Amino acid sequence: MRRIDLAIGIGGAAGQGIATPGDILARIFVRRGLHVNAYNAYQSIIRGGHIFLTLRTSEQPVLSHGDKIDALMPLNQDTMNRHLKLMRAGSAVLFNSDTVKPGVVPEGVQLCPFSVKTLAPTIKGDLVQNTIALAAILRLIKVDFEILEEILTLQFKRKGTAAVAENVGVARAGYDYAATHFTSFPFSLPDTGKRLAFFEGNQALAMGGAAAGVRFYCAYPMSPSSGVLHWMARHARQLGIMVRQVEDEIGVINMAIGAAHTGCRAMCATSGGGFALMSEALGAAAMMEIPVVCINVQRAGPATGVPTKTEQGDLWQVLGAGQGDYPRIIVAPTNIVDCFTLVPTLFNLVDKFQCPGIILSDLLLSEGRSSIDPDELDFSVPIDRGDVIGLNGDGPPVNGGFKRYLVTDSGISPRALPGTPGYVHVVATDEHDEDGVLISDEFTDPHKRQAIHEKRMRKMDGVLPLLPAPELHGATDAQVTLVGWGSTEGVIREAMQQLAGAGIVASNLQVRWLVPLHADAIVSILSTCRKVVIVENNYSGQFARYLRSETGIAADGHIRKYDGEPFMPHHIVDGVKAILAGSTKLYVPVHEIQV
Amino acid sequence: MATVVQVERVKVTVKDLKGKVDPDWCPGCGDFGVLAALKQAIAELGLQPHEVLTVSGIGCSSNLPGYLNTYGMHTLHGRAVAVATGAQLANHHLKIVVTGGDGDGYGIGGNHFVHAMRRNVDLTYIVMNNQVYGLTTGQLSPTSIKGMNTKSTPFGSVENPINPIPLAIAAGATYVARGFTGQQKQLVELIKGGMQHRGFALIDTFSPCVTYNHDNTHEFFKQRTRKLEEMGHDPTDFHDAMEKGCLWGEVIPIGLFWRYPDLPALDQLEPVLGEGGPLAHRPLGVAPDIAQALVNELM
Repeated sequence: MRRIDLAIGIGGAAGQGIATPGDILARIFVRRGLHVNAYNAYQSIIRGGHIFLTLRTSEQPVLSHGDKIDALMPLNQDTMNRHLKLMRAGSAVLFNSDTVKPGVVPEGVQLCPFSVKTLAPTIKGDLVQNTIALAAILRLIKVDFEILEEILTLQFKRKGTAAVAENVGVARAGYDYAATHFTSFPFSLPDTGKRLAFFEGNQALAMGGAAAGVRFYCAYPMSPSSGVLHWMARHARQLGIMVRQVEDEIGVINMAIGAAHTGCRAMCATSGGGFALMSEALGAAAMMEIPVVCINVQRAGPATGVPTKTEQGDLWQVLGAGQGDYPRIIVAPTNIVDCFTLVPTLFNLVDKFQCPGIILSDLLLSEGRSSIDPDELDFSVPIDRGDVIGLNGDGPPVNGGFKRYLVTDSGISPRALPGTPGYVHVVATDEHDEDGVLISDEFTDPHKRQAIHEKRMRKMDGVLPLLPAPELHGATDAQVTLVGWGSTEGVIREAMQQLAGAGIVASNLQVRWLVPLHADAIVSILSTCRKVVIVENNYSGQFARYLRSETGIAADGHIRKYDGEPFMPHHIVDGVKAILAGSTKLYVPVHEIQV
Repeated sequence: MATVVQVERVKVTVKDLKGKVDPDWCPGCGDFGVLAALKQAIAELGLQPHEVLTVSGIGCSSNLPGYLNTYGMHTLHGRAVAVATGAQLANHHLKIVVTGGDGDGYGIGGNHFVHAMRRNVDLTYIVMNNQVYGLTTGQLSPTSIKGMNTKSTPFGSVENPINPIPLAIAAGATYVARGFTGQQKQLVELIKGGMQHRGFALIDTFSPCVTYNHDNTHEFFKQRTRKLEEMGHDPTDFHDAMEKGCLWGEVIPIGLFWRYPDLPALDQLEPVLGEGGPLAHRPLGVAPDIAQALVNELM
């Protein structure tokens, strides 16, 4: 059977209604059990500008938004002018010929003009062209009209029967026009019989928090992390989660710490700029030994940077956030399922080790949308609160002498929650003794300082054995091993497939847990690899530098991208070819789409 | 599972509230008076040590939680109000007192201060206002008077100070008072009133620095402060409160400026807290039917 690999591009200005046809298409695909990957290239603008949504579907998991477009819906001239070079032979361009002039298309590309004035002469508004184009695309891929009719009916029901009739009528006209004027694609969409779920990474992170038992969530709005806040706010009452929008990110993390200290699982999310403001308090959480989870959804920096574009540029920021040495656990989810499952895992770890945990996502992963098997969203996750006293408001009888920062072999000291009778103590961001008394106020004692500092840091020794070591994906004797971290897993794996087609055997080592790092395991994997190439979305090779500092491994080549757009598979393929040919050690692709 | 302990409500005395160590404040520091008044207030209100959480920032006065036998958090500079807000919402059964200085609260912590008042978080915030930075050895603070000579303003400050009283009333605090460590009895009553008040209570307290502020001394306030209750003040009259709050000169009023008890505190407005006790004590996990509903939204 021919494998379906269909990418639909919808482009226009902000406000032209790109999201709705995208959502409708995605819903149609996942209801048939088809996998979907969607990436929306957008601007920090509410009206105008240029937005381009790529929606790619297949009966097999879709690893990235791909290289090419099969059906293009240019809602304005700008989109027509910018994106034609991505059109594959056999593809189609559907556009309103009243307002958009056809561009010069590559050979084999079908131009499908339609006139809104002719097909819907009485209907006002610009959105009608979207409905017609959507209906026409569905006709080209042979989706029954009734399916669209049902969705439009649901969507416009609120606006009354006249609105439903009008939109269904317009859709019908577009559908029928396509049937008689355009050539259909040479395949029909299959139905696997297994419905899939479809959502964005931020929703997955928020749902992971819910599964982990987060009871307190707070945030300051910041793209591209606000999706977590929106999901939490929408479901707060249903789930019994306190959700607060705070005055700034310094307030956010400190509020989360306050809530966490009383026993709530507390979480917050931000992007790099907000994370920078949180730095000092993350150290405070570590010093007071309060578990808290912070998500950093990276966007292109520095400073305000490119708020709507992706980058993996905050690795060193999170590695070094805040003054002094302190225990922290850092994880970078590599796919959307990770976004969900890693949150409860991380909460169990930070509860056990009483330290901050950081999730390093990025715009691509957090705002990118993917289909997943709903069975993978298992909310019945194990919950381990660690050594904590007073979760129900009471603790076992104690006869005084509770030492909050008791020096132990593991470095973990039992934690008592405020309100628990018998365990009264003070936690402090100043250096303190076992019982929380400030050393600087008692007398400065280097031995006490050393002992309590070692106690805190020693906790990290216990974390590493609990983390799974990264594993090599693909052949151990591959010609080239592509090393990535976080969100690049999908596009690297797809590039591997393309490389195989070109006769190049590649493998992939994708690193998820960044701190603590399984350095020995990584050394043992990479020491036998023939050629190591590190792929990452930043300028300076932040992971390459980190890997070298932790393992001594210097990679043979680097593929880096820092223009704000995510990698497309062929960027990595081209980079590997250039590096294997010896023409460069550092390959930086030039992005084709001028968004 | 933990054994449930029936705690006898033994009478807590001021002596019981003594912390693990003695204060290391300079002899004669006003902060001793605030610590004494706070202990007295807790004892008179009949609160047990474990029922109170004292949260502070950084500065001389922010060392206070360590000198008090209640739960305590000695947080970062300027962040006490933010931390306390999180703690209050997560366990609204705790009686939370925030303590700190004028630099900590009105300077570096100014944003959290204003927004906690706007939200009317149920906190009692005692600011030990000495109009100078003490722990950093004597620089200008947000409440230092114009013209003051400090290490950072050796030729006199040209800036106007913040007046926290009208600021707090305007920002939405529902209990706004000013105390003076030279008036202990009144200060105890003001703190008790603040802790009994359901909402944000500010008790700005003149707590003179004997080392770095030679302008606004104990004697300075002794001569000028006048009790509002002796001035025929009505703390429910907004305009009167703002007007008295702006007085600064030969007469400086102390006492309760403003009280607006009808406004619910933030936790009372939050539907999530409607039933089930403190969030911090609730069991974790999502019920299977709700989990299924969450997944169905994505289908």
